[in-house]
Amino acid sequence: MRVAESWLREWVDPDLDTAALGHQLTMLGHEVDGIDVEGEGIGGVIVAEVLEVSKHPDADRLSVCSVSTGEGDPVEVVCGAPNVVKGMKSPLAVPGLTLPNGIKLKKSKIRGVVSNGMLCSAVELGLGDESDGIIALPADAPVGTELAEYLSLPDAVFDLDLTPNRGDCFCVLGIARDVSALTGAPLKSAEVDAVDKAIDDVVAVELPEPAGCPIFAGRVIRGIDPKARSPLWMVERLRRAGLREISPVVDVTNYVMLELGQPLHGYDAAKIQGAIRPRLAKSGEEVTLLDERHLELNEDTLVITDDSGVLGLAGIMGGLSTAVTDETVDVFFEAAFWPQDYMAGRARAYGMHTDASMRFERGVDFRGQGRAVERATALLLDIAGGKPGPLVVTTSDEHIPVPRQIHLRRSRLELLLGTSVPDETVTDILNRLELSASVSDDGWDVVAPPHRFDIAIEADLIEEVARIHGYDAIPETTSVATLPLETVTESMIHADIVARTLIARDFQEVVTYSFVDATDDKTVSGIVSEIVLANPISSEMSVMRSSLWSGMLHATSSNAARQQERVRLFEIGKTFHGALDKHEEVVRIAAAITGPVLPEQWGSKSQAVDFFDIKSDLEAVLRLSGDDTEFVFQSADHPALQPGQTAEIVRDDVVVGVVGKLHPRVAKQFDLKRDVFVFELDAFKTFATRAPVAEAVSKFPAIRRDIAVVVAETVTAEQLTGAVRSAAPSLVTDVRVFDVYQGPGIEAGLKSVAIGLILQETSRTLTDGDADAAQAAALQKLQEEFAAVLRD
Amino acid sequence: MQPLNELVAQAASEIDAAVDLAALDAARVQYLGKKGALTERLKGLSQLSADERPAAGQAINQAKKELIERVNARRDALESAALEEKLAGDAVDVTLPGRGADIGGRHPVTRTMHRIDEIFRNAGFGVRSGPEIEDDFHNFTALNIPDNHPARAMHDTFYFPGGNLLRTHTSPVQIRSMVSEGVPIRIIAPGRVYRCDSDQTHTPMFHQVEGLVVDRGISFANLKAILHQFVEAFFERKAELRFRPSYFPFTEPSAEVDVLWGEDKWLEILGCGMVHPNVLESAGVDPEEYTGYAFGMGVERLAMLRYGVTDLRTFFENDLRFLRQFR
Repeated sequence: MRVAESWLREWVDPDLDTAALGHQLTMLGHEVDGIDVEGEGIGGVIVAEVLEVSKHPDADRLSVCSVSTGEGDPVEVVCGAPNVVKGMKSPLAVPGLTLPNGIKLKKSKIRGVVSNGMLCSAVELGLGDESDGIIALPADAPVGTELAEYLSLPDAVFDLDLTPNRGDCFCVLGIARDVSALTGAPLKSAEVDAVDKAIDDVVAVELPEPAGCPIFAGRVIRGIDPKARSPLWMVERLRRAGLREISPVVDVTNYVMLELGQPLHGYDAAKIQGAIRPRLAKSGEEVTLLDERHLELNEDTLVITDDSGVLGLAGIMGGLSTAVTDETVDVFFEAAFWPQDYMAGRARAYGMHTDASMRFERGVDFRGQGRAVERATALLLDIAGGKPGPLVVTTSDEHIPVPRQIHLRRSRLELLLGTSVPDETVTDILNRLELSASVSDDGWDVVAPPHRFDIAIEADLIEEVARIHGYDAIPETTSVATLPLETVTESMIHADIVARTLIARDFQEVVTYSFVDATDDKTVSGIVSEIVLANPISSEMSVMRSSLWSGMLHATSSNAARQQERVRLFEIGKTFHGALDKHEEVVRIAAAITGPVLPEQWGSKSQAVDFFDIKSDLEAVLRLSGDDTEFVFQSADHPALQPGQTAEIVRDDVVVGVVGKLHPRVAKQFDLKRDVFVFELDAFKTFATRAPVAEAVSKFPAIRRDIAVVVAETVTAEQLTGAVRSAAPSLVTDVRVFDVYQGPGIEAGLKSVAIGLILQETSRTLTDGDADAAQAAALQKLQEEFAAVLRD
Repeated sequence: MQPLNELVAQAASEIDAAVDLAALDAARVQYLGKKGALTERLKGLSQLSADERPAAGQAINQAKKELIERVNARRDALESAALEEKLAGDAVDVTLPGRGADIGGRHPVTRTMHRIDEIFRNAGFGVRSGPEIEDDFHNFTALNIPDNHPARAMHDTFYFPGGNLLRTHTSPVQIRSMVSEGVPIRIIAPGRVYRCDSDQTHTPMFHQVEGLVVDRGISFANLKAILHQFVEAFFERKAELRFRPSYFPFTEPSAEVDVLWGEDKWLEILGCGMVHPNVLESAGVDPEEYTGYAFGMGVERLAMLRYGVTDLRTFFENDLRFLRQFR
């Protein structure tokens, strides 16, 4: 909300300059987002009176005016505005001044006539974005006075970021009340004088839904001047608050809302048929609103009706059928109390958000309806004349909220704030906030005022005391821990250790969006995710990812497109699986590599990455679990990966991840021109582990025996080493494949594999006989299981 | 016969003149070998009288010892010269870069999150997490944000058909942790959060760290202390903070915290407050017996301040040229 300093100071005038006042507003919880200073740079512009207007001898659209500046002889000014007339008062800028729009005035000849200044429009003075001529000042504007002084300019406008709990502060009165409570500066009374009725006309009001409308204040005013325009001071205040001049009736309702916080609506009284009845909408009812929007109504919406049907949305926006026009002479003002329960979320359901709905949703003072109508009546009579009927306030007393009584304990106040506030200070603060407080044995009995819908429990009062006493006045006290130490588990490898390992191996971490394109997700996971957002930002961000790969491949591709030849990325994040009503979130670790194995350098030949590069990185990560022999790589198929270069990682018969070469078809889809290798692991399944159990290191030397065999090329290394290991489990401490050969000397379809056995015992030195026996057993196993032939 | 001293001088000069190990060995054999000049002299002692023999013998032995030392010294010199010559040939251009891979780096957001994590762990906080697809109860209702509350509209929530949603803040972890662990409790909950908002200063996904301490006697003064200490630890400098009244449905009193940046600029860095009694109750905690504080901070915001990043969106563009600055 935008609040002009001049308007605020009319209500409360603390001894603070603009910046200090802004700071206090912020420290009250009404954060000042910005301070705009209006009407700067118009010093020297004065109020002038147009004494004579005659046509310019040589230009049809120009006038030559004789203008009084209040002293000395009248000056002659050439004016191009269509609205200049004899007797009007308007701002005059004289030669030598520079206007806010940059125009520097000099005495000049315009088509042969000397002009000694310029009569100004709002735009020229920086007081508006549009104007249809020079400013017409009120007839009583004192000639010769500085315009700035006359309009209380320059004026700072505080742009306040109000919190939704403080509905009472969406008006000048509310802000002023808080400033008064904080500074002690007196607050102007919000009481307004009642306007006596001049006629007896009323519009009948019935309350068929009293819980939804316990208070309805109304008044008829007949015979206003439909040509009247709102005065400059009001238009200026509205403008500084961000509202445009529309018509006196609308301007007055807006003005009173901005000042007192009570939204009003003005009807063309002649168009109301029969009694006004606020009630809930019925199924199938429709309405056309002021802004010509046509709505089908929900049954939870309060509407204003008359004999003709629905007139408008209660507390949100009036309807077109009874709207005030430039021919309206009879007006009916409405100021009602629409309770929060009936307003919350209603405007939003129609995609609307109005000044009125915003205030009613947050709570409007239920004492203020009659007052608002009185104020609006007085203002309208001043502007447009007319004869007022009586103020009629129709109520359903049992549905009017009862002010809440809340008890504040002294001990609780001290406990929650961590400091004690003197009793007199607390009493004073509560009373200044109109939270009428009486002192009791252990604290205070407080009655929340009707404008404070946010005060419901003791903690709310504690906040109020803290707010006015000042958060700065609360000390900083380090709490003493009563909690036991946190357990630091070794049953899981922390993701951070995995991240550091990958970083040490030249991977860059990325963070990609959790929602991805549906097609991409299906491409990388092979399944159609059911977890789709109802209101995504865009279709490319509509599905919760079931794999980290789609974001990662896009990142790989966009980096490749930025001349990054070698890309190595990883991400640790959640993937989402299952159905909407029963989903599972899994932390995964994924990586992708493309380009050369090493950065370009003098010491190594450039070589593109292949399967065993990513596998090496993956094995390094698996090794963190303490026992990588638990992980088995099994050749597998995966929808996103190339057959024959894809493996599942299996631990205890559970697939914990997959590694492989991106299928060229998938690579193409992601605009990747080079081979890409990827892996993805389920973090929980992969990195569940246990604390290491130490075993004594053997003091006896190890013996190595090598076996070279020829087997079918389909036999895997893991099958061979597994067989060798099982041949003499108690002696074999390590098995290594140290050569794989296919080519001359080896028949097609076969391969030669050289395996090294490391044999060791913890209790004795092995003999050659032991080693020979183990080697023979291993060979026999290989011969039996894989028809292996010993190679010389 | 040549006098001994001349012989020794001649031998010494030949030893010193040896240009390589072969020449040195030749000289050694010539004078000290089995048939060397000095060896011959020792053999000749027998021809001397018994009176002369001891003195002459001693002189020869002394000369022999000196020459052996001289040979050894010369050998060391020749060997080390040879080694140096060999090593000189092995010299490399030490300014050439090392062989092998580089190292990678952390993403600035996780780096920041890790830093926050570390500071609070050191202060005795546990680290908890919760689901990112949340239900309405944990994200709103249990946090004292009932249906139709204006604060809901401010959250720009992503919904799923059926009513579940992407959590808009890490605060649901407060509820889940209090329910599962009970109180007292002292935790932080870092993680991803989502809001349906995308422009220059908003990304639809970002990261928060939630903090929650509930115990007997926890006060606003405790909250002020921990946050001030955190901010100074995070920025590694003395910092002036401003606690400013604000509003969050799940805390009462509530505050936003600004840090003084430069001379006179206050920058908002986090929100906090005393846990609202309704929140404690919805987690089964008696608000009469326990009080607590909670805070929430935006990780990207802190990362931007700490590392001088000016455009929020760069965090999620994953441009290696940007990311490499944070390793």
